[in-house]
Amino acid sequence: MIILEATDIGISFGGVKAVDGVSFSVGPGQILSIIGPNGAGKTTLFNVVSGVYTAGRGAIRLSGEDVTGLAPHRLAERGLSRTFQNLQIFQRMTACENVMVGRHLRERCSLLPALFRTPSVTRQNRETRAAALALLEDVGLKDAADIPAGSLPYGACKRLEIARALAAEPRVLLLDEPAAGCNAVETEEIDHLIRQVADRGVAVVLVEHDMKLVMKISDRILVLERGRPLVEGTPREVRDDPRVLEAYLGQHGAREAARA
Amino acid sequence: MAEFLQFLFSGLTVGAVYALVALGFTLIYNASGVVNFAQGEFVMLGGMVTVFAAAAGIPLLLAALIAIAAAVAIGLLLHRLAIEPARGASAVTLIIITIGASILLRGLAAIVFDKQFHKLPAFTGDTPIDIMGAAVQPQSFWVLGGTAVVVLALYVFLEHTITGKAVLATAANRLAARLVGINTTTIMALAFGGSAAIGAIAGILVTPITLTSYDVGTLLALKGFAAAMLGGMGNPVGAVVGGLLLGLLEAFGAGYLSSTYKDAFAFLVILIVLFAAPQGLFGRRVVERV
Amino acid sequence: MRVLANQRFLTLAILAVVIAVLPFVFPSSYYFRVASLVWVSALAAVGLNILMGQAGQVSLGHAAFFGIGAYAVAIGPAHLGIPSWAALLIGALLSAVLAYLVGRPILRLKGHYLAIATLGLGVLVALVITTESSWTGGPDGMPVERLTLFGWRVSGSSTWYWVTGGLLLVGTWIALNLDETPTGRAFRALHDSEVAAQVVGVDVARFKLQAFVIAAVYASLAGSALAFMNGFINPDQAGFLHSVELVTMVVLGGLGSVLGSIVGAAVLITLPQALTVFQEYEHLLLGLIIIVAMIFMRNGIVPSLSSLLVRKARS
Repeated sequence: MIILEATDIGISFGGVKAVDGVSFSVGPGQILSIIGPNGAGKTTLFNVVSGVYTAGRGAIRLSGEDVTGLAPHRLAERGLSRTFQNLQIFQRMTACENVMVGRHLRERCSLLPALFRTPSVTRQNRETRAAALALLEDVGLKDAADIPAGSLPYGACKRLEIARALAAEPRVLLLDEPAAGCNAVETEEIDHLIRQVADRGVAVVLVEHDMKLVMKISDRILVLERGRPLVEGTPREVRDDPRVLEAYLGQHGAREAARA
Repeated sequence: MAEFLQFLFSGLTVGAVYALVALGFTLIYNASGVVNFAQGEFVMLGGMVTVFAAAAGIPLLLAALIAIAAAVAIGLLLHRLAIEPARGASAVTLIIITIGASILLRGLAAIVFDKQFHKLPAFTGDTPIDIMGAAVQPQSFWVLGGTAVVVLALYVFLEHTITGKAVLATAANRLAARLVGINTTTIMALAFGGSAAIGAIAGILVTPITLTSYDVGTLLALKGFAAAMLGGMGNPVGAVVGGLLLGLLEAFGAGYLSSTYKDAFAFLVILIVLFAAPQGLFGRRVVERV
Repeated sequence: MRVLANQRFLTLAILAVVIAVLPFVFPSSYYFRVASLVWVSALAAVGLNILMGQAGQVSLGHAAFFGIGAYAVAIGPAHLGIPSWAALLIGALLSAVLAYLVGRPILRLKGHYLAIATLGLGVLVALVITTESSWTGGPDGMPVERLTLFGWRVSGSSTWYWVTGGLLLVGTWIALNLDETPTGRAFRALHDSEVAAQVVGVDVARFKLQAFVIAAVYASLAGSALAFMNGFINPDQAGFLHSVELVTMVVLGGLGSVLGSIVGAAVLITLPQALTVFQEYEHLLLGLIIIVAMIFMRNGIVPSLSSLLVRKARS
């Protein structure tokens, strides 16, 4: 079964093809990793799939429905959630409020009760806060709940973004370098967390530079190079493919590595 | 036809002034990211200082030079005393500071000069020139010619001098400019000074036609800002085209549709343009990087 | 959360106490008038702060809605025979509808483009008011019939002091309510990162529009109140300079701080009154004070002072 399917995605900026003919699909509970050297188009691909950019060509289907060109919040309504490579946290809100915003689609949001602070609003607020605190606990940030997110360290912000994305209870989760800037222990925790999420039946698409994490966690790996798909396969297949080494290290480097 | 030409010339004349104000906006915006709402006050200063210097018996040309020098001094002071100390503040804070500066300069002008309307004699007489039935004031040619000279001089400066290229580099990327050794503070001061000079020249050129007083700056700043946006903020060519377009719109709108709603056409068109092209006519479409 | 709840209570309590105590120290009815003026302006500023401080969208034309509210209660009873109180509601409704219709295309714009578009809207409304003199009295303005509620004719400077003070209190209560709701959080989220707000499902366009409409209704009600209070209205209330004044109140007091908007309004209304003793130096000093305040308290008066207090308390 496939939940997210991207077919022949292409987008260019000022004549440069940032992503060109990339296809992938992922099913519930699966973890697909997208790797490739810097500038391979991984983040751009994420931006297209999550509706932040409009694709120049190709199609995106979510649970069988054609969602190509839909706005990000429409995709979120259909169960797609994501994190960002270069943090997009709500700096002036507390960590807990950040996650509470993640619950946005799960909340009733009518204006008049909000203006007059009816009991139902206060009750819902309590529930949302409880749910947010539980998620913060999952990512190890419970103690930071009432601290302004802008003053959290980088690694904590990364985990905060994951908690916020999870708060929406997504069916598909796109994670853009969740382990960047994290130490070994934190990376371990994130590894654990991602697996847990997948076990709950969420389809996970992961962009990550930490190869140890990628090799350990992924069901399948898609390698991009200069916007084009290079190899797709299981971690073992990808690891043993000489083209992948070459893409990362160049021909010369690949020979060196092979000799080593 | 004569009527059409009449509107065309008056539109171009007013538009040239808007273009200069918009150009001043653009210069400061590019160098510092500040939207300077005190830009109209430079125009006011150009006119008022010239009027009072001329009234004191100083020859017109010299009076004009004094006015430009005064405006440049004020522009530099504005940068040094109000913008530089607030470096790093948010865009809206900086806007409020320039609005404060414009209130201050208006108050200053009301004290140093007065609250009356003033006129300068036209540079080369008041006898209208007949162009295919349209009576055009000789001063209109001064305004158009003066604007052309300023635009050309600015172009040569930006494209063909090292300092000009430093200004362009600062506009493109302030941090990168600083890294290659450009003193961006000097560049910003230069932009404020230059923009003040441009504003003052506009004020001197147009005062024989439109009169001046201590409070003409506000509306001019609005129109100049609008012209800069119409062309696409940060684009000098866009600023000039936007200014001329705005002037023409007003002249033809007032002439053919309704003179009481003269000021409305400009803003109506801006709203329509922005609805259709959110980056202005010549603005680059930016892709947000996330 | 507890801290926030306290802040909310604190703001309301401070405001209520100030409104209740001030009359005891006022030596003359002139002071009641100035204070009422502060309450009315603060109401508009508190509304504008929802748009600018919470949702992060600039409006340089907000006096347009202030003017619509004011002229609704002037024109309604005078030309159309509508009772005053109904005219007030119609004005608010008109403002909301205009904000809704214009807000949709305008709020797609960002930064300076949004600034010029709202500015254009403001200039257009002010121009219509100035030009259609058979309805509005043109540049000279027009008289406003006194407000009559259930046979009670609201007049007198101390009466209006309490009415406007009460209005501000309610407006402040509502603004503070909004903060801790999904809507308020959506506002603050899209302020900090539009794209992040979108990917968690916030319909950014819809919430910007909501903030715009709310701010418009606040301004409209404030405009109506001022018109009733003065018994007279002129187009300056809808003009660009008044828009700038409203923005300055919000920024000077501290963007995002409800108390800040009120303090900003108080400073900007009372300062010119105090400066009139300097006569022709009034504008010069006003400009100077705005510049100096923004340089040294760039986050605004209330946030700057409260962080100073916190630092003092810690050391």
